[in-house]
Amino acid sequence: MGMEGRPLADHVFTWPSDNPALIGGVDSRGRLRFPFMGRPGETPVELAREGLLWSWTVQRFLPKQPPYLGRETKGEFRPFALGYVELPGQVRVETRLVDCAPEQLRIGMPMRLTIRPLFRDEQGQDLLMFAFQPVA
Amino acid sequence: MSDVAIVGIGIHPFGRTPDRTGLEQGAFAVRQALGDAGVGWDQVQFAYGGSQDAGNADTLVSDLGLTGLQFINVANGCATGGSALISAYGAIRSGQYDLGLVVGFDKHEQGSFRVRPADWGLPEWYGEVGFALTTQFFAMKIQRYMALHGITDDTLIRVAEKAFANGALNPNAWRRRALSYEEIAQSTMISDPLRQYMFCSPGEGAVALILASPKRAAQLTRKPVWLKAAAMRTRGAGSFEVFSPSLSVEDGEGATPIAARGAFAMAGIGPDEIDIAQLQDTESGAEIMHMAENGFCQDGEQEKWLREGMTRLEGKLPVNTDGGCLANGEPIGASGLRQVYETVLQLRGDAGARQVPKTLRTGYTHVYGAPGVSAVTILAR
Repeated sequence: MGMEGRPLADHVFTWPSDNPALIGGVDSRGRLRFPFMGRPGETPVELAREGLLWSWTVQRFLPKQPPYLGRETKGEFRPFALGYVELPGQVRVETRLVDCAPEQLRIGMPMRLTIRPLFRDEQGQDLLMFAFQPVA
Repeated sequence: MSDVAIVGIGIHPFGRTPDRTGLEQGAFAVRQALGDAGVGWDQVQFAYGGSQDAGNADTLVSDLGLTGLQFINVANGCATGGSALISAYGAIRSGQYDLGLVVGFDKHEQGSFRVRPADWGLPEWYGEVGFALTTQFFAMKIQRYMALHGITDDTLIRVAEKAFANGALNPNAWRRRALSYEEIAQSTMISDPLRQYMFCSPGEGAVALILASPKRAAQLTRKPVWLKAAAMRTRGAGSFEVFSPSLSVEDGEGATPIAARGAFAMAGIGPDEIDIAQLQDTESGAEIMHMAENGFCQDGEQEKWLREGMTRLEGKLPVNTDGGCLANGEPIGASGLRQVYETVLQLRGDAGARQVPKTLRTGYTHVYGAPGVSAVTILAR
């Protein structure tokens, strides 16, 4: 993909990859959850890359820092959309939503996984995280 | 089995009290409850109490008196007050004790609750990307509920309008100015579809209750209100809860309907027999969903209920008669007990300007909180 930067956290999505996928975990009782937490008896599994928007909202105020990693000020903060995308037969994943204005978001619309730079570390390197975008 | 009597109630005004610690507010409420019951601190045999951010409840003995009583601290998130009440209820029903105290108080920093992801078994990145906010959860839950059940913004606005109208009549409320429909409709969008005046804020306050066995209650002058049921429950598999990086694709039952069923079974009555209800309204959407989750209406009927004023003070089922969390704020340790305080006041007929204008026999209280807990009580005269 030629994207610079490193994942914000390990084992959240397959990386580096031309076709990344989120990594879920199946526990010893067969229950699938996201993310894979590396618990005893938990097996990692790649999740579907497309699903349907299950619900959404927009974060319109600057979250408390920490835990929020963004270093912007109240004035610099730009609202972001988030929601749950239902991956068919798997799980509903909480995710940032990109490439779509809030007024265009509709429950049930098809969404696809993408990897995006979210923050920069102190060395100026991009920190990558997953998001979902509308299927064009 | 015998019921448990509530024989005394006390409250420290909710809101912001910069010159008083949470513990001092707790002691204030306890003294008021003792006075209301007509008993001395030295007669109290046991206590359950808690706060999330304002210190150890059992520290209150250094202020109230070192009588040597049993004092157990309770920490159960938004169900702290309810859990303390259930514990005291059990202690009296078992016959172990005759007279006890339940106290909840809190004092939170301003703004949204700061969350440490590790406390909730979550990976650090969940907070880092800006997900660990309860406001987002409530917004996404009502967003989907509105789409599924035909609820509109109008109903969200009417819930807030009612809360502040009731709060204006409550001398202990934090927000005591009635807000107009337009003010609410035009307030800043916080987390779509919820606006500024549709959310409660973390705040401060304290509530204390004195509980007694029927035999002990008979020795006191005040006519008791009876605790007919007290149930605290956790979530079922597949429910939609706050702080969930993923959800099951198979819908399950949340903590509220489970707790509601448990409480109705204990009391031996149904939702139709409840005269007033205090339902957790962390924001407008929560009250709407909790009306159905507790069994008071079908999904989608809230649109009609709110439009016709059925949950106002003069309506069929007055809801959040003291202004709820929206007008009182949310001091986590105190909110559940505030609902009980208000219900006792209403059942006694002592609620002043906000007294529900009909004969009240029963009342219902409900809290919900992270990570999927609910506490319900049913009271009767």
